[in-house]
Amino acid sequence: MIGLYYEDHEIGETHALGSRLFTREAIVAFARRFDPQPFHLDEAAGAASLLGSLSASGWHTMSVCMRLFVDFIDAERAAAAALGEPAPPAGLGAGARDLRWIEPVRPGDVIRYSVRVESLRETRRPQWGRVGFVMTGVNQEARQALSCSLEALTPRRGA
Amino acid sequence: MERLHFEDFAPGEFAEYGDYAVTAAEIVEFARDFDPQPFHLDAIAARDTFAGGLIASGWHTACLLMRMNCEGFLNRSTSQGGPGVDELAWLKPVRPGDRLRVRRTTLSARASRSRPTLGLVAFAFEVLNQDGEIVMRQKNSVFFLRRSTAASP
Repeated sequence: MIGLYYEDHEIGETHALGSRLFTREAIVAFARRFDPQPFHLDEAAGAASLLGSLSASGWHTMSVCMRLFVDFIDAERAAAAALGEPAPPAGLGAGARDLRWIEPVRPGDVIRYSVRVESLRETRRPQWGRVGFVMTGVNQEARQALSCSLEALTPRRGA
Repeated sequence: MERLHFEDFAPGEFAEYGDYAVTAAEIVEFARDFDPQPFHLDAIAARDTFAGGLIASGWHTACLLMRMNCEGFLNRSTSQGGPGVDELAWLKPVRPGDRLRVRRTTLSARASRSRPTLGLVAFAFEVLNQDGEIVMRQKNSVFFLRRSTAASP
């Protein structure tokens, strides 16, 4: 359980979010929509670039991370609802920092994502606490491909 | 026209570009793919949340900044991509019908020691809406080829 309230979190807790295969089709389709740079669209341009081959936009690999995180929290909410616990309001993303694209993500790569609770801070508002998460994506060769710190305002119990 | 190289970015310079009209359909499409929370998915469900109506995923806004950057300057440059993003702050909601534009400040430019063909340029980006409000801020760096050593056309 990742917990749905601020009080449920513990620094250092880590959860697997699942994995995603990056196909050539998905890489190119995302790049056409949001990041149409040659090395995200075309093999030859990728090979001629710093990345060394056709590679996914970093925004694609991060957006997939968000998707898996939302799915994970939804599953926790459903589990809580099944036990008759009222679901609190969703946490609110306040921002991100230290988003690092460490290894290129290439067609056929499978990225395994996880989340770790890094910090817990009270806020001036009694109904919200601030939870710092570190998201990580690792490829099939166990090399870290990306990481990102996210801050979310998270509801407090009994507030 | 010759493409923009590392040497073409001077710290302190400003640029403004982009005029992107955000639609409800694309907010929902992005949310279905990447951020399926009620306030990004459904205008009715969103009314009962903190958002008070449909709002774009913050990651969608970041992706739209990426697209405006491609159209605004990167796709006529020698960009080799970036190592990441230092800071990303979502300040105001983006709603259907908003028109977004970009204000870019060049913060610093330094040649790479380990890779002599490359330089790294740090930028601060502000995404503004039609009322001139800053909806998102982002700081990140991009690698560009250096003119003196660039071999490609």
